Amino acid sequence: MNIASFAPLAVVLPLLGAALTFLLIRQSRAQRTVSIALLSLTLLLECLLLASVWGGGTSAVNIGGWLPPWGIVMVVDQFSSLMLVVSSAVSLAVLIYATGQGMADGDRDAPVSIFHPTYLILVAGVSNAFLSGDLFNLYVGFEILLTASYVLMTLGGTGPRIRAGVTYVVVSVVSSVLFLISIAMIYGATGTINMADLALKLADLDQGTRTLLHVMLLVAFGIKAAVFPLSFWLPDSYPTAPAPVTAVFAGLLTKVGVYAMVRTETLLFPGDTLNSPLMVAALLTMLVGILGALAQSDIKRLLSFTLVSHIGYMVFGLAMSSVAGLGAAVFYVAHHITIQTSLFLVTGLIERRGGSSSVDRLAGLAKLSPLLAVLFFIPAMNLAGIPPFSGFLGKLGLLQAGVQLGTPLAFALVIGGVLTSLLTLLAVARVWNRAFWRKPEDADYPDPVLLAAPGSAATGERAGKRNVTLLPRTMVGSTLGLVIVGVALTVFAGPLFRVADQSAAEMLDRTAYIRAVLGEDARVPALSQPATEGSGK
Amino acid sequence: MSVNLTLLTVMGALYACGIYLILERSLTRVLLGLMLLANATNLLLLATGGYAGLAPMFSKDTDPRDYNDPLPQALILTSIVISFAVTAFMLAMSYRAWVLAREDEIQDDAEDRRVAETPSFDAEDDSVIPAETSEFPLIMIGSDGGGMSDTPGGAATVTVGDRTLNADDAAAEEQPGSRNISTPDQEGGDR
Repeated sequence: MNIASFAPLAVVLPLLGAALTFLLIRQSRAQRTVSIALLSLTLLLECLLLASVWGGGTSAVNIGGWLPPWGIVMVVDQFSSLMLVVSSAVSLAVLIYATGQGMADGDRDAPVSIFHPTYLILVAGVSNAFLSGDLFNLYVGFEILLTASYVLMTLGGTGPRIRAGVTYVVVSVVSSVLFLISIAMIYGATGTINMADLALKLADLDQGTRTLLHVMLLVAFGIKAAVFPLSFWLPDSYPTAPAPVTAVFAGLLTKVGVYAMVRTETLLFPGDTLNSPLMVAALLTMLVGILGALAQSDIKRLLSFTLVSHIGYMVFGLAMSSVAGLGAAVFYVAHHITIQTSLFLVTGLIERRGGSSSVDRLAGLAKLSPLLAVLFFIPAMNLAGIPPFSGFLGKLGLLQAGVQLGTPLAFALVIGGVLTSLLTLLAVARVWNRAFWRKPEDADYPDPVLLAAPGSAATGERAGKRNVTLLPRTMVGSTLGLVIVGVALTVFAGPLFRVADQSAAEMLDRTAYIRAVLGEDARVPALSQPATEGSGK
Repeated sequence: MSVNLTLLTVMGALYACGIYLILERSLTRVLLGLMLLANATNLLLLATGGYAGLAPMFSKDTDPRDYNDPLPQALILTSIVISFAVTAFMLAMSYRAWVLAREDEIQDDAEDRRVAETPSFDAEDDSVIPAETSEFPLIMIGSDGGGMSDTPGGAATVTVGDRTLNADDAAAEEQPGSRNISTPDQEGGDR
């Protein structure tokens, strides 16, 4: 009995926390303590899981003693445990940030009291999606996190949030229906929904059926991961939610879609023919996303567009289906979750300090709050891929893999990737110049807060409440923590890249995964097209 | 595996109506469309379980031809529960939307429209610098900044589309935030 058999606790603990915090709905202090404690415990467990699979290899847990391929299986391999650790670390930071915001604003009652249970259910859904070893459980994981996200998206039920929520909910439900249809079709074609079993049985289907099932799954996950042209919903819906909610959505939800794409591409449809369309989609996602970002003046919307654009990098890495490409994509996912979340958290702080999130109104923040400037500058440069940050390393890995592949399409993507990186720099530099460097007098419609004498206002008036702490210590602290984690990703990029490359090699090989689920004597079919070995880092 | 033709026809009709309805702009119709889609998918799942009429019961010594596959039915149960929860949430949301806006149509995003209407000319990035803006004015050239102007003599002008504007007027024309479109007062107050 090793630590990996406790993997289901990564789902159960947040759910338990959700139940407890729901019971404690009138005691906000107890709610905070319970949710932070349980999430920290989950994070600890997931770190142990990562340590155990790092050396010991993939392992599977059969829920309720039902044997695969009939029962529900949870599989811990290097990729899923890495995703679990990163996602829980990020959600813990956002939770602390959100409690800080709640305390600072003195929101002692509804609707914020519903925040904690919903948030923990979201975390449970994300963990379930990362761990699940069969398609239907993956669907359930998606539904858990989506239903929680519907509530979080429309928190408070104000006009703009309901409007944005309608788009979000309808698009998400449609993508879930598509996913369910593909599950039904896959079950009809093969008689199983266990992913390891499917890896064996899908190979026996004829090419036309396989391609149909493949495209159905890709479209369903493409909507969730916001891959162009299925990305239109994201910049419309994310920016209106409360700052911590947007941060956690931007960090985690699209990445769960990317995770599902990686899982199905490598495990179910290895060496299939859809790599070229995926590459074209990746190129368009990168370019259209970043051009959209350049047109925005609201920082949250701008960041949402960069989020869409950078999903393109991950799809690019996935579409290469080489160890080097997939490894770089895994690294990029871990990097992007951290960086994108910290940027959204900083934007929440900017909005509190400067009174607005529009770059046309903000000005002079570098003088007003140098700490805020540092907190924005580091992840922004990281996102744009300036050396020596992890964004640069991840992009470098992807570009190297692309050059290694050497097809004309791969070279087009390499050029597109460099261009996107430069345009990202342009977009964040525009925010930096306007919000942080220019003088408040130069802004067309500066917020009155900005024109006040610098340094005099630690508290201000927000939404009709006086003496609101503008930059509460918990909010700044958790943002700072996340920024430091982002820098740590740079410092420890060597070992992290090793884990990423190892997990990529394991995913492309498939043997470890299938044997962990179906037992040691499972027959693993040879790949139709051998995965090209990439050079190690 | 044999398939029930009636079931298939009903499923196709449900999908067709569902897709038609979710393309509407009215929230209630979209909701109805999503419900039809979810139920059509349940029928699809049911169809994968084999011909209807046999019990989905299984014990070790049952002949495989004497029982129905129970797994799709378990999947359908789960999916019914999920679509029930989502439908309840969407009903609440459409009621809230109706309370707020007194109409069932999905509203446009104000910020989207504003960005679409923004001219490609950006007063701050693109206009010629009419005067010295540095914090440290170059007194050698002229404290009024006249020596720094790009256009010698007279005010700087900017070509916007087919018009020629004074640079200052052009700067005034581009108004930030959500002020330059008339929206009924924004709730939430976070802009």
